[in-house]
Amino acid sequence: MSEISPGLDLAKADQLIERHEKDATTVFGFWVYLMTDCVLFASLFATFAVLRNNTFGGPSGATLFSLPYALAETLALLTSSFTCGLALLAAQAKRKTQTLVWFMITFGLGLTFLVLELSEFHKFVAMGDSWRRSGFLSAYFTLVGTHGLHITIGLLWMVVMMLFIYKRGLNRLSLKRIRMLSMFWHFLDVVWIFIFTIVYLFGALHA
Amino acid sequence: MRIKKKWLVVSVMLAALVSAAGVYLSRVNIPLLEPKGPIADKEFRLLLIITGAMLVVVIPVFLLLAYVVWRYREDNPKHGQYVPDWDHSRWLEGLWWVIPTILILIVSIITWNASYALNPYRPILTNKKALVVQAVSLDWKWLFIYPAQHIASLNLVEFPLKTPVHFYLTSDAPMNSFWLPQLSGQIYTMAGMQTQLYLASDIIGNFTGRSANLSGVGFAGMQFSARSVSVASFASWVNQIRHHSPRLSLSVYRSLEKPSTYVPFKEYSNPAKGLFNDIIAKYMTPNRDHNIRLIEGIGL
Amino acid sequence: MSHSLISTFGGFLGRLSLKWLPHDPITASGAIMLAAVPIAVALFITYTKRWKWIYREWLTTQDPKRIGIMYIIIAILMGLRGLADVIMVRTQQAVSVGSNHGILSASHFQQVISAHGTIMIFFVAMGLMFGIINLIVPLQIGARDVAFPFLNATGFWLFFAGMALINISLLIGDFSATGWLAYPPLSELKYSPTVGVDYWIWSLEIAGIGSLLAGINFVVTILKKRVKGMKLMKMPLFCWSVLGSMSLVIFAFPILTVTLTLLALDRTLGMHFFTSGHGGNMMMYVNLIWAWGHPEVYILVLPAFGVYSEIAAVFSRKKLFGYVSMVWAIWAIVILSFIVWLHHFFTMGAGSNVNAFFGIMTMIIAVPTGVKLFNWLFTMYKGKLNMKTPLYWLIAFVVVFTIGGMAGVLMAVPPIDFQLHNSLFLVAHFHMMIVSGVLFGYFAGIAYWYPKFLGYRLNERLGRYAFWSWLVGFLLAFIPLYILGFMGATRRLDHYSASLGWQPLFIVAAIGVVFIILGVVLQILQLIVSIWQRNGELKVGHDPWDGRTLEWSLPTPIPAYNFARLPEVSTRDAYWNAKKVKYIDRRPYEDIEMPKNSPLGMVIAGGALIFGFAFVWHIWWLVIVGLLVSVFGLIYRSMDEHTEYTLPASDVKQMEQMRASGGGI
Repeated sequence: MSEISPGLDLAKADQLIERHEKDATTVFGFWVYLMTDCVLFASLFATFAVLRNNTFGGPSGATLFSLPYALAETLALLTSSFTCGLALLAAQAKRKTQTLVWFMITFGLGLTFLVLELSEFHKFVAMGDSWRRSGFLSAYFTLVGTHGLHITIGLLWMVVMMLFIYKRGLNRLSLKRIRMLSMFWHFLDVVWIFIFTIVYLFGALHA
Repeated sequence: MRIKKKWLVVSVMLAALVSAAGVYLSRVNIPLLEPKGPIADKEFRLLLIITGAMLVVVIPVFLLLAYVVWRYREDNPKHGQYVPDWDHSRWLEGLWWVIPTILILIVSIITWNASYALNPYRPILTNKKALVVQAVSLDWKWLFIYPAQHIASLNLVEFPLKTPVHFYLTSDAPMNSFWLPQLSGQIYTMAGMQTQLYLASDIIGNFTGRSANLSGVGFAGMQFSARSVSVASFASWVNQIRHHSPRLSLSVYRSLEKPSTYVPFKEYSNPAKGLFNDIIAKYMTPNRDHNIRLIEGIGL
Repeated sequence: MSHSLISTFGGFLGRLSLKWLPHDPITASGAIMLAAVPIAVALFITYTKRWKWIYREWLTTQDPKRIGIMYIIIAILMGLRGLADVIMVRTQQAVSVGSNHGILSASHFQQVISAHGTIMIFFVAMGLMFGIINLIVPLQIGARDVAFPFLNATGFWLFFAGMALINISLLIGDFSATGWLAYPPLSELKYSPTVGVDYWIWSLEIAGIGSLLAGINFVVTILKKRVKGMKLMKMPLFCWSVLGSMSLVIFAFPILTVTLTLLALDRTLGMHFFTSGHGGNMMMYVNLIWAWGHPEVYILVLPAFGVYSEIAAVFSRKKLFGYVSMVWAIWAIVILSFIVWLHHFFTMGAGSNVNAFFGIMTMIIAVPTGVKLFNWLFTMYKGKLNMKTPLYWLIAFVVVFTIGGMAGVLMAVPPIDFQLHNSLFLVAHFHMMIVSGVLFGYFAGIAYWYPKFLGYRLNERLGRYAFWSWLVGFLLAFIPLYILGFMGATRRLDHYSASLGWQPLFIVAAIGVVFIILGVVLQILQLIVSIWQRNGELKVGHDPWDGRTLEWSLPTPIPAYNFARLPEVSTRDAYWNAKKVKYIDRRPYEDIEMPKNSPLGMVIAGGALIFGFAFVWHIWWLVIVGLLVSVFGLIYRSMDEHTEYTLPASDVKQMEQMRASGGGI
């Protein structure tokens, strides 16, 4: 937008600084929110850790999980995180079409992840190993499902974001929101890494 | 003059209230202050020690408060010196960081030791063999099983005096808390889990115990009697039950499992073998043969 | 199990049917009274043709001053409901002895105690706290607004939705009968098959998310919106205590959200987190709920400590003693409050070392708390005590809180707790802490700040009468409970044997409640009389107490933008120091950006209320409707780029001049 040059209205410059501060405050607030979400996931990880051996005669992680499958999910999500970063870079460079394209790719990858996850859930339920089977499975479905719910919210947000960019362009507000959306998406990626390690990797290794 | 009259009335009323309370309290039984067994006794002494330690800080606070409020009231003609900008003093603040810390340090050491000494799982040191009693909280009554004596009783537990009683506890209902205040503190009873508690009585007597954790509509009626008796009369009580009371078969147990409130004492002979362990196991493992009979019974 | 799920999917109204309307006379009359209040309010607004005004000035407002007032009104109304519960509990326990089983059935009694605890903590204490925070924090830090006004308003409306849901439970269905924290397995479907526990879960879930949003808003507000020159160590102590409390909110409330959700999943989808059997672990719930629950106590009490700190300084006409110590004490309490939760269940049978560790951590909290007490005392020492009601509450607090705290240290010793856990001694202890530490604090705060917002003081004489009734009633109601605890009386008993000798003490406790009711009546009377006399002797200027912090520099009534010119701050007690130098601010006015009103916070919370109600009754289509309402409210809001408007400097100038010349706005 406009740069501050000598002779420009000082009040206007002040206003710009103030707007910038406001945006910084919003982003800081979003960091605080992410921290609360961290606590939420930490609590779910704790319940999973407590219940992981409470299979009550049902299957354990070792018999249930397939590592290659989980790895495929991980790859989909990690790639989507990367493309989300590219979307942010494109947006900062004010390239509208490019931003939209990268977001569409991100959305596609996120959706792939979600479909993979849901079909895994479906497979387990069809085998009779639903969340009703044991404390372990309750904790598994809830932890992984909560992450999946966050992904769903992220995808919904992405759709709204794309509509917003399409209609209103890459203005100050959309840039701020793109930044927060990408923070959210990377955060979910980090949570997934923990899920992959603690739930799938340890689960498959630990007989 | 009027103000003094007001205080006179207040003090007379207070004195009357306190003496009425004194008279009343001297006539009723206050289990926590009248312990009758070694565990409750130690817990009571601990209570006195910690209270004393706390008073070291609390009494100065009260005196200081009374003094400050009296001395620095705006309308006090003998008002103390007014220093509006005096807002810190390293020395004084240091004092009330350090002194309570030292006090808490002392109390912490006492606490650490007492936590070990009075761990409910810790056997009472004596040359007598402990009597084992298995307690089960049900909806809404207490079942006591004597595995060695092959008897059981409902809402009534009897044991010889000056003999350690070793309780194993579980629940076949929501969580409850076993509390026999005149002899010992509480321990939770939880389904699928087992807790333990040692207690003993120094005298012959009747005590009241109850559940201390809300467990549903019959909770208030989860009261039981504890009788501490002579060794001889305990033996004859056991004998009596063995020969004359109905058997605690699995089907009788299933009827006990059904909710009921304010249940009177009952005594049973010959409880089903391994009943206590089965009650715990049925929440723990779905497929073990020996407890299928109980699982079928309650349709878990 | 799957059969029941399918049948509930089939039903258009889920589990809901007319048989769930109240039957017994006590519940029915309660329900009618409860329904009468909103109906009467609605009729009154219609009659006085004020709907438009209500909508524009209150329901859609983003102004924290108005949101604060709404919080406080809700909290007061809920306080009256909580008091009605107290009356039933005390009556029941005074008469339900031996062959007499009292006025309530056991189940009804247990619902009443559960409602009492839940309402008093979540909707009274939290409501008063958030109310005062909204009113005061922006003013004290010299801000024109909070960081996120829309988020803040949404937080309030979610609090309102939670409050509405818990009250709907009185009209249709039943309430949880499992105590205020609903321990499983009692709260599981197996033992509590009706909708009561679900009402409890969803009411707290919704209100809890509201609190979380408010917590995020105020942490950011305090960290980012302070006026230039107000370094952290120059903030009023109230703001420090709010920062501590809100930091606890953002770490503790997500745990509550998770815990409630897991219980809901157990009850609704047949999961096994906390069930007995199937690999559930009930003690995990107890751990989780107290990992939130213990910090919650400090969330409530810290801002009240802040109120006391302000009052101690102002009413002693002296600087607060030991400011730096006070700040460190707050943060010591914040940290420690997260590592003591196990002291709520020493009787679980954990190892000696575990119990001892948590016991000692608990005792250590007594140190920073004691430091605060001594600092308040030394604020008064060498001061000039202006003996007004707020100071009375402070003095009573010091006495009661110290007694309660001593009881707390006793129970921090695990072997002593084995004897006192879940007894009436415990009940007396935590009421002494929460009523004196929280309720008295907010009473004091209301008496202190009332004239700032309304322009007249509260009647002092009636305030003092109310104070004495409250104090006498409170001591009469709770000292007997300490003794009853020693006598072996547990909490939550709807009946007991005559031979135990407990009845006289329960009767004394009931008499105590009569005095408390008298105190409440006097408080209401005080409010009415004060409104009556508002133009007479009670009328005051903008700074009636010779205040020290920035809020007292503002005119009364406070303009929507708070500060026409942002104040310049270089010291603590900024206004106190500014008053010493006669300085006339001649800086030009500037444009002010203000948030526009929006009904969308209310819409989002409305969706949450529909969602919660439908979930309670398993009306699945309605669950989706509620969800859609909330989500679309949020999306609609995000499409609006013009959520603020600019108040031009010329308008600000005009308004300020009008005010100066005595004209109203």
